Amino acid sequence: MNAYDIVRASREKGRPTAQKYIDEMVEGFIELHGDRRFADDAAIIGGIGRMGGRPVTVIGIEKGADTKSKVARNFGCAHPEGYRKAVRLMQQAEKFHRPVLCLVDTSGAYCGIGAEERGQSEAIATAIFDMIRLKTPALTLIIGEGGSGGALGLSAADEVWITETSTYSVISPEGCASILWKDATKVARAAECLKMTAPDLIRLGAVERVIPEQGFSPDFYAGLKAQIVSFFEEKSRIPAADLVEARYARFRKF
Amino acid sequence: MNFEDLKKFFFRKPKNALEGSEDAAPADKPAKEAAIPEKLVEKCEKCGQIILSDELRDNFGICPKCGHYKKIDARARIALCAEQFAELFSEVEGGNPLDFPGYDEKLAALREKTGEKDGVVCGTAVIGGVRCALFSMDYRFQMGSMGHAVGEKIAQTFEYAAANRLPVVGFILSGGARMQEGIISLMQMAKTSAAVAKHSEAGLLYIAVLTDPTTGGVSASFAFEADIIIAEQGALVGFAGPRVIEQTIRQKLPAGFQRAEFLQQKGFVDRIVGRREMPALLASLLQLHSNAGEGEAETFAPASASSAPAAAQTAAPAAKDAPSAAPASENAPAAQTGAASENGGKEVTA
Repeated sequence: MNAYDIVRASREKGRPTAQKYIDEMVEGFIELHGDRRFADDAAIIGGIGRMGGRPVTVIGIEKGADTKSKVARNFGCAHPEGYRKAVRLMQQAEKFHRPVLCLVDTSGAYCGIGAEERGQSEAIATAIFDMIRLKTPALTLIIGEGGSGGALGLSAADEVWITETSTYSVISPEGCASILWKDATKVARAAECLKMTAPDLIRLGAVERVIPEQGFSPDFYAGLKAQIVSFFEEKSRIPAADLVEARYARFRKF
Repeated sequence: MNFEDLKKFFFRKPKNALEGSEDAAPADKPAKEAAIPEKLVEKCEKCGQIILSDELRDNFGICPKCGHYKKIDARARIALCAEQFAELFSEVEGGNPLDFPGYDEKLAALREKTGEKDGVVCGTAVIGGVRCALFSMDYRFQMGSMGHAVGEKIAQTFEYAAANRLPVVGFILSGGARMQEGIISLMQMAKTSAAVAKHSEAGLLYIAVLTDPTTGGVSASFAFEADIIIAEQGALVGFAGPRVIEQTIRQKLPAGFQRAEFLQQKGFVDRIVGRREMPALLASLLQLHSNAGEGEAETFAPASASSAPAAAQTAAPAAKDAPSAAPASENAPAAQTGAASENGGKEVTA
């Protein structure tokens, strides 16, 4: 598969969304709603459950599975409320020493009047600022599109993993082609140039692990869950100050 | 001046009515003064009047005819606000981490044109008699877009300030992340945020000054992580640029949308300030925090009441510990005839 094939796969209809990962991997998930300030953003699901018996906080950007839910979820494009809800739940996780798992799947944070009026920039900036200092383990898994600042808002984690046909980029290849070459037909070339697929992201140090998708079979979720459980096991033994220092170093290297 | 330059000079036009100066004059008027030598005079983007470049520079980029704010470059901004300045981290420069086609050439051309290695100038400064660390972003370098070099210098500035117990003043101007550095440029948002957090946890002050424009990945990171956020009047500040929003929602945006005044009304900036008033406000704010980061206060006993005014009065001549001053006139070519707005929003992204 070339880069553009992977871009298309990452957006493919029927691809499992955050809710599916939660259903498959999180025991007894209880969704918690709202940012306590303005609204509940359905583009971001957050809540508590268990993984391998350990309580965890899970926050996922949800695109929706069918037309009706896609509309309700705003196609996985979160408003500021979504990022503020995520921060609230991360701080709650920190208070109760629960690790945080973020599932990222978004073409980007929403660009609209309401989003600007309610401070999309401030919401994302604060999410990065707070997550990067979080005194509890945090892991981000990119399960589809990792689109720009909207993805980064939930990715200031100890490690970032990616499934093999997902992407992580500062801009969509369409955006890049139209801005740089004023030519929408050069999307495939832009996808190559942006180095947004798993092998390049590993090489550049932006992600730590690539998770083979195995056709999204039950084995895929079971294997992934086992990896996440052991990651949290290992990170939970590290003193919070060291964890935060290591996270600083992770991002400082770029 | 060749024909292409002339065309750029006289036919600049914002891509979107909300992107350029707020009420820019129609840019399609034919240019009558076609043979004017470069840099002696320039035309105001707003009123269209011809102004002597020297006069405009001495006036901090403010049009003497209509009061319009022309963008000023990083060093002119520093000269406007700081009594003394000593540059740091000038050796830092970026490369082409993705081997992005054409990017090496683009960087080389920008370095040649601006005399800067990248889009931010950093150092220590004295403002209102208070020593601080400072960074100032440059519109001439791809509209202040953030790649490795910009992120690295800003992170180093916060780390230096934390180590030396200094407040940070940041003059922010950026269309966002630098697309040609791909994921590396996205990571600068996290890197700079981490450095701001570390500085903040040390109890130190960070003042962000948002200038026109502040959008994309820069606004969604260190621009909105400051203790005090000031916006220069009329500045465009937002996450997405107006063009992108209009394309997304398929409707026209209201006048004044995403301008500093709108941001203040919505509760996202502390104060709007005119360019001339900026130095005095920064001086006052820095003086009010001059004992910040001096450890945990055990009582709320007021600091010596006379210390702040004293610092203000002795501002310029004091501060012996600050390194040499940069003369404003030499280092501040405020009046560039380059493309101030033609790069607006291009090649940068949220």
